Amino acid sequence: MSAPAASDPTKPSPPPRPEMGIRRGLASRIVGRTGGGLAAVLLALIALFWLMPTFGLLVSSLRDPQEMSKSGWWKVLGKPSDLTFSNYDKLLDNKDMTRAFFNTIWITVPSTLLVILIGSLAAYAFAWLEFPGRDWLFLVVVGLLVVPVQVALIPISKLYGDTGLFGTITGVVLFHVAFGLPFAVFLLRNYFAGIPRDLLEAARMDGGTDLTIFFRVILPLGLPAIASLGIFQFLWVWNDMLIALIYADTESAPLTVALQSQSRAFGANIDVLAPGAFLSLIVPVLVFFGFQRYFVQGVMAGAVK
Amino acid sequence: MAEVVLDGVGKVYTDGTRAVTSLDLTVADGEFLVLVGPSGCGKTTALRMVAGLEEISEGTVSIGDRVVNRVPSRDRDVAMVFQSYALYPHLNVRDNIGFGLRLRKLPKTEIRERVDRAARTLGLAEHLGRKPRQLSGGQRQRVAMGRAIVREPQAFLMDEPLSNLDAKLRVQMRAQIARLTRELGVTTLYVTHDQTEAMTLGDRVAVMKKGVLQQVAPPQELYDHPVNLFVAGFIGSPAMNLLTGALTRDEAGDFAVDVGSQRLSVPAEVLAARPALAGYAGRSLIVGIRPEDLHDAALEGAEPAPGAVLRAEADLVEAMGSEVLVHVSVDAPPAVTEDVQELARDVGAEEQVPDPDAAHSELVARFGPRTRAREGAGVVMRVATDRLHFFDPETGLSITEDA
Ligand SMILES: Nc1ncnc2c1ncn2[C@@H]1O[C@H](COP(=O)(O)OP(=O)(O)OP(=O)(O)O)[C@@H](O)[C@H]1O
Ligand SMILES: [Mg+2]
Repeated sequence: MSAPAASDPTKPSPPPRPEMGIRRGLASRIVGRTGGGLAAVLLALIALFWLMPTFGLLVSSLRDPQEMSKSGWWKVLGKPSDLTFSNYDKLLDNKDMTRAFFNTIWITVPSTLLVILIGSLAAYAFAWLEFPGRDWLFLVVVGLLVVPVQVALIPISKLYGDTGLFGTITGVVLFHVAFGLPFAVFLLRNYFAGIPRDLLEAARMDGGTDLTIFFRVILPLGLPAIASLGIFQFLWVWNDMLIALIYADTESAPLTVALQSQSRAFGANIDVLAPGAFLSLIVPVLVFFGFQRYFVQGVMAGAVK
Repeated sequence: MAEVVLDGVGKVYTDGTRAVTSLDLTVADGEFLVLVGPSGCGKTTALRMVAGLEEISEGTVSIGDRVVNRVPSRDRDVAMVFQSYALYPHLNVRDNIGFGLRLRKLPKTEIRERVDRAARTLGLAEHLGRKPRQLSGGQRQRVAMGRAIVREPQAFLMDEPLSNLDAKLRVQMRAQIARLTRELGVTTLYVTHDQTEAMTLGDRVAVMKKGVLQQVAPPQELYDHPVNLFVAGFIGSPAMNLLTGALTRDEAGDFAVDVGSQRLSVPAEVLAARPALAGYAGRSLIVGIRPEDLHDAALEGAEPAPGAVLRAEADLVEAMGSEVLVHVSVDAPPAVTEDVQELARDVGAEEQVPDPDAAHSELVARFGPRTRAREGAGVVMRVATDRLHFFDPETGLSITEDA
């Protein structure tokens, strides 16, 4: 590389560059400012902007269907008295939709709880019990992470057909559990392995069996990871459509499948779609708010030393 | 409370590391025994085998009259205090202390009473509602102690419980542990690499080197009669001065040891106490002199008897307030054996191991605070020759009765 200009002594030298070590990245400066009032206002604005579509959906779900096809949702802001719960009333009368809503819950809750229960037990074993071939087995589990759902569709369909699980909620739950477990085991094992060995040994000296250690030490200390996993798994199952579309029948179809079939049947039936979509959105949000403090909480602080 | 007996205990880790070799050790009922040695000598391993946290490769461990090799930790009825304290971060102090009692399904009221009692003993009564992260290091240490004492176990096991505290707090907690264990009279096996801790706490002290037990004795005996160079150099601070000398016998039959160009006479009672010493006449051996056995002759007034004097120049004078450490150099070669190197390795001063062929060696003398010794000036030291130590240069063993 030739740089005659830089080596030319007659040219003024460029201004000294600020020390890289002292200059802070943009992101870190933003984070540093978040305590200030201006930053708080800015963040609030950004958050509002992000919330706009959600808010629009909420408002739409509360408007009269006739009005909705004529004007944008924001028009109602000038006349809040136009808001009505009639769409929700209708939704509750729509047997397909209410059944789908409860199907979603019946699919999501067991899928999440089972993955947490089985995953954390397996993770404890992989992290802290000694048995031959343990680490190889764990590598196999990690390998399963990259197996795509699609490769299992046909064999599992056959299996479900033979066992009568096809078209049942149980079938859908089992599929979600099976495909949720590798990630669950992976995430939890790594987190559990980070729990100081001394704590488990102290519990052992205090008279703990493996099971008491698991329930009284590992689970409470693993709460942040378990909460994260719970939220991931919950969202994944709640929003899943592919698996439900294949393995659930009309009786056991969840909200995602029901919303899709509604939109196809009536074209622009926004009076069902808007409240249905809002309903399917608000539950995961509530779940997230319920558990988010465990994300943040550093339960580990002060454990040792 | 019970006796803890290790009989020929050995440990080989799965990767082939041998950490402990045929360890025989008895902690008497109610005794406070300290296991001390340099880093990596296998103290923790030995303790963990007693705790049941590490499998016993060889030999047997008994607690009370029961061989516990195959008994899981939870049924051994011993309590352990960890170096890291290992407090449960999600439980408050009360639940931390009561954890073991809860697992043993004691009635709630009894747990409450016992935890309260332990907390009072340890001065933790006001902190029972706090989480470990809200406690200071010293308080955490006390919670860890509390967790052990509420269980009223057969024995306490402690692995360097004070090493995470700062110096002042350590001295304070050391005194508290001493008082507490004496009051409770519970059998205690205590591991440390700090010889001061070992000497002040132990009813008896066991010194280990590279997985092998060197000597078990009450602190004073260990100090006065170390069985080998390793124990001699490890116990005591500043360490015993070790140098190479030659034993001579004059026509009258009196023994003396030549330290470089100077001669120290060996009193008859030393010879009587060490009959084997006579056999070393005309040979070289290792002479050990504790720093406090070198006295400032100028302070004592009277001229020391010939044959009990070392003259040298002060290289360095360290005033410690209550005493003054004077480093001097004498023209005798330093003692360098495998033990000496091992000791240097422990304090991280491998490169400071003196050259065995050097003509001079460094001695440390501990003088009274009013000494007038100055750097660069000569000092006259009276040697308490009745307290000289002698070691075989080949084996490193103390030269005593058996030749
Ligand atoms: N799990 C293990 N696997 C293999 N070797 C080990 C294991 N634990 C300890 N060792 C080795 O065994 C020897 C004794 O270790 P140990 O922890 O008992 O020493 P220590 O006397 O407690 O030392 P320190 O004062 O540093 O705590 C060391 O050489 C160590 O490297
Ligand atoms: Mg150790």
